[in-house]
Amino acid sequence: MTPALRPVPDTVPGPAPAPAPLPAAAHLAPVTTGQHHDLALVLFAVVVLVTLGITLWVGRRGQAAEDFFAGGRGFTPLQNGFALSGDYLSAASFLGVTGLIALYGYDGVLYSIGFLVAWLVVLMLVAELVRNSGRYTLADVLALRMRERPLRAAAGSASVVVTLLYLIAQMVGAGSLVTLLLGTSSGQAKTWAIVGVGALMIIYVTVGGMKATTWIQIVKAFVLIAGAVLLTALVVIRFHGNLAELMRSAAHGSGHGQAYLEPGLKYGATTTSRLDFFSLGLGLVLGTAGLPHILSRFYTVPTARAARRSTMWAIGLIGGFYLMAIVLGLGATALVGAKAVKAANPAGNTAVPLLALDLGGGAASTAGVVLFALISAIAFATILAVVAGLTLAASAAFAHDLYARAWRRADRPEATEREELVVARAAAVVIGAAAIVLSLFAQQLNTAFLVGLAFAVAASANLPTLLYSLFWSRFTTRGAVWSVYGGLIPAVLLVVFSPVVSGAKTAIFPGVDFHWFPLENPGLVSIPLGFLAGWLGTLTSQEAADPDKYAELEVRSLTGAGAA
Amino acid sequence: MAQQERFDWWAAQPIGRTAVRKAAKARLTAPTARPTAVPAQAAVPVAAAPAATTTPAVPEPPAVDAAEVYRTVQASAAFQEIRDGYRGFVFPATAVFLGWYLLYLGAQAAAPELMRRQVAGPLNVAWLVGLLQFVSTFVLTWLYARNARTKRDRAALGLRWDTQDQLR
Repeated sequence: MTPALRPVPDTVPGPAPAPAPLPAAAHLAPVTTGQHHDLALVLFAVVVLVTLGITLWVGRRGQAAEDFFAGGRGFTPLQNGFALSGDYLSAASFLGVTGLIALYGYDGVLYSIGFLVAWLVVLMLVAELVRNSGRYTLADVLALRMRERPLRAAAGSASVVVTLLYLIAQMVGAGSLVTLLLGTSSGQAKTWAIVGVGALMIIYVTVGGMKATTWIQIVKAFVLIAGAVLLTALVVIRFHGNLAELMRSAAHGSGHGQAYLEPGLKYGATTTSRLDFFSLGLGLVLGTAGLPHILSRFYTVPTARAARRSTMWAIGLIGGFYLMAIVLGLGATALVGAKAVKAANPAGNTAVPLLALDLGGGAASTAGVVLFALISAIAFATILAVVAGLTLAASAAFAHDLYARAWRRADRPEATEREELVVARAAAVVIGAAAIVLSLFAQQLNTAFLVGLAFAVAASANLPTLLYSLFWSRFTTRGAVWSVYGGLIPAVLLVVFSPVVSGAKTAIFPGVDFHWFPLENPGLVSIPLGFLAGWLGTLTSQEAADPDKYAELEVRSLTGAGAA
Repeated sequence: MAQQERFDWWAAQPIGRTAVRKAAKARLTAPTARPTAVPAQAAVPVAAAPAATTTPAVPEPPAVDAAEVYRTVQASAAFQEIRDGYRGFVFPATAVFLGWYLLYLGAQAAAPELMRRQVAGPLNVAWLVGLLQFVSTFVLTWLYARNARTKRDRAALGLRWDTQDQLR
């Protein structure tokens, strides 16, 4: 069993016991120490200042709940389309997927496709209906036709779990990435990077809420796409527009020859590893539509039609981005060489910055230095924006679902909007702090599986419940609660008993072996279990589904009547 | 449904919608303190009831039963058409793109030899199918949007205001 099957977004934090930067510095001594890191540091500071400026500007007036959770619902489809891609394209996609393509060629491409196809599920089955029937969170939609308390408790916890897993993976990744881009490798620098990123995200969320987070996403997505377009254009020009030539020289530069362009370099070693990749792909394609931070984006636009159009923008931007990622990945291998990419970081995370350096004319040239620093700063902005979006989603699920509704004693009056806001801000601080602490402990772990797990939980717990609620008239409260826990618990348990945790060289506890589940990605089993549990729970329910409430959900979700 | 002009809809959209929304907002905020703020709980019959008590403009309080309204709308031919149009497109389309993606994914595991076969230049079957996944995603996105725009949007919007009128 190779560690191959871990999703990329995660390989960024990935090979955590990273001997990465050290040999890198040795190999690229003239390249990685130098002014381009100084310039990168300056640009990082600019990113921090600009994002803080946006936050303060947005937060200068007080925020109502509608502003804090849903950004005032006044964003245009184009703006929200950028924000959606901003939320979705993490540094992992930018650096991780391109690195994967650079090192493993076709298998990297294969990996990125699941992330794109997933958006069709979002577009067709989820975006408009969720916009029409919910207010701030995923649980709003589910609670509409069910008994509120147990459902909010289940869906709220699942949302917090998913976002927290994703958040920790991103932050550990941020730690190693920032230090990598700045050319240091000391543990202390990593710690400070994690604490700094965590502190910034707490400020963005508590001060600026959804409005500031959305604007940060928009700016970040814009510079990310612009940077990718610029580099892609430079690569294409370098090859005189001959993409076949690009593929051939990439195959040559990879050292694998033709195998580089064929399936199997990374995910094809054994039947188990291929099955594992299938499991991962299933989780990716179904998980996106259950990610709380993506779903809450649809509440920032005024209508379902705007939600649809923002999803279309997102599909265009994300699809275009992944197509460019193919060119960038191949370009890095063709121009920099797989050996140098791997030497700088075993997971290939620095493939794009190295490509930028090369395209600009090398470390000695001003253009190379500027381009490297620019791309590094874009990656940094990407990290900041994504963690802010995640923290916001987690705090909304906590305050709006768990605190104000699920855990509130029945004899107490309903929580006021103000109270909900105070709790949400406090939750953002607590969740942010928890994420910082957990990330510091997780630094030495291979956190690669965390994002895969987050997608798997979203696909096994959130998506079945959401789809049953929207489309199955006989679905009951018990069915809903069962399908949340019936997806969440198996997904987590299967990972605990997988080679990720024990029994493999790269496991969290390499010394012991209590694994019996052969795959690293639980999706193949846990997703069907989530659907099955929802079905069984409904069949065994004593109470029948309320047809009145289903009528209301159906009418509201398809027409927008009474939408917030 | 069929005779509806695409041009019409787009052109009328910005002015039409804001005007209608404003009207609706005025309507919705007038009768009670905060009817807009509780739509998520509107299912609870209690939420609808108090609305009836404080309506000076209307002589006799129209004790609207929200559940009744939603059931009537759900049973109406107009709504059935919207729903069938939506499901009739989305369910087959989902089956197609999920099947197509899983087939692609499964082919890596089951038939790697086939995927390695050369097609043109450096392109092999795997690359070709992979790039086709991009194409099919874009095409389906466009088809879905066209379907929604021409078959559903206008009728759904009309029904929305109707329903909200009845719930008032």
